[in-house]
Amino acid sequence: MIPALFDYARAGSTEEAVSLIAQHGDEAKFLAGGHSLLPLMKLRLAAPAMLIDLGRIKDLSYIRDAGDHIAVGALTRHHDVQHSTLLATTNPLLAHAAGHVGDPQVRHRGTIGGSLAHADAASDLPAVAVAMNAQLIVQGPNGKRTIAARDFYRGFLESALAADEMLVEIQFPNLTGGTWSFQKFNRRAQDWAIVGVAAYKHNGAAGVGLVNMGSTPIYAAASSAAAAGGASPADAADLAVQEAEPQVDLNASVAYRTHLAKVLVRRALEEAS
Amino acid sequence: MQINVTVNGTAHSADVEPRTLLVHYIREQCGLTGTNIGCDTSSCGACTIHMDGESVKSCTVLAVQADGSDIKTIEGMAAADGTLHPMQESFRQCHGLQCGYCTPGMVMAAVGILNENPHPTETEVRQGLEGNLCRCTGYHNIVKAVLHCAEGASK
Repeated sequence: MIPALFDYARAGSTEEAVSLIAQHGDEAKFLAGGHSLLPLMKLRLAAPAMLIDLGRIKDLSYIRDAGDHIAVGALTRHHDVQHSTLLATTNPLLAHAAGHVGDPQVRHRGTIGGSLAHADAASDLPAVAVAMNAQLIVQGPNGKRTIAARDFYRGFLESALAADEMLVEIQFPNLTGGTWSFQKFNRRAQDWAIVGVAAYKHNGAAGVGLVNMGSTPIYAAASSAAAAGGASPADAADLAVQEAEPQVDLNASVAYRTHLAKVLVRRALEEAS
Repeated sequence: MQINVTVNGTAHSADVEPRTLLVHYIREQCGLTGTNIGCDTSSCGACTIHMDGESVKSCTVLAVQADGSDIKTIEGMAAADGTLHPMQESFRQCHGLQCGYCTPGMVMAAVGILNENPHPTETEVRQGLEGNLCRCTGYHNIVKAVLHCAEGASK
């Protein structure tokens, strides 16, 4: 399978990338690791007229302790998030979840920014981002703005990113000393989750994010509030699907997904207790 | 678009369409057909090669993305005199193949595992090969081969 014809430009810097997307607008797509976009293009489900390759912008690959948060550059690869010694202590849930994306070869190419901006509700990292309400820094022609992860996802593969904006950094909370769990239920190792759960507890706060339980990654607000308020994992898990809109597909009916979500949230909160 | 890559130690320069996949460039323009195309959807790992020392699925990389990189394929693993790479020799010793179609990708992925973790447990080997499918289901001997190679390296 070969993608449809497209023009190709390589951005040497964030500024150049933003300038290129301003020139080409809706017809252009950013290319980071390409492990979400290229499969869609090969299947001709996507046919952008132009790709703007971000792969050479090396200064957007970093994981830094920024004091009140951990800053992760948008072009940081899953492999580097997975193996980060900084994240191992400050946000192990993020590092662990990154290690569940695809397989080793995919993690050598795919980037955290690409995964979050692609806005696939079946992906692991968007649910992690909404669970802990990561802050997404996006850059457009008029400078930068910050979008909370819980406001970022708008619909199926749709986000709050404007056509001329680029995700440049993701700010995650420092959860040192907290507890966490990541549950991914699938039938084959490298598949997308049929249902997944990211959960953490830290200093009296709690967050639960759901993978593949709607057209967007779901922040399970009711479960999160119950868990933070001291409810038992079972009681908090009973509320797991309040915000969800599970859909039927080849792998699962709505009823099965609903059941799975409650079981996995309970397991996650038990592990994070 | 003009690209420059090193493939198995040899510098190559080529003019490619932006949509040319790296695996097609390797097979059709470099003439190195040891890298197989299996699923063509980045699931099966048959097309695994090394790009700057790391395993990647060459069906999901554009040749233009690989511009400037150091590529290694299965043809680059054995020594010039034909002596097999220790991983190839381990696959041979442990009979880590049946039909052989997945083997080039398996070997490249396996070498990638040991590059990052020279002494993996069996579980780590199985997890490390999660991106490579063997349709003969010959996984046991493949895992044995990787462990055999790791043991050999520690002696």
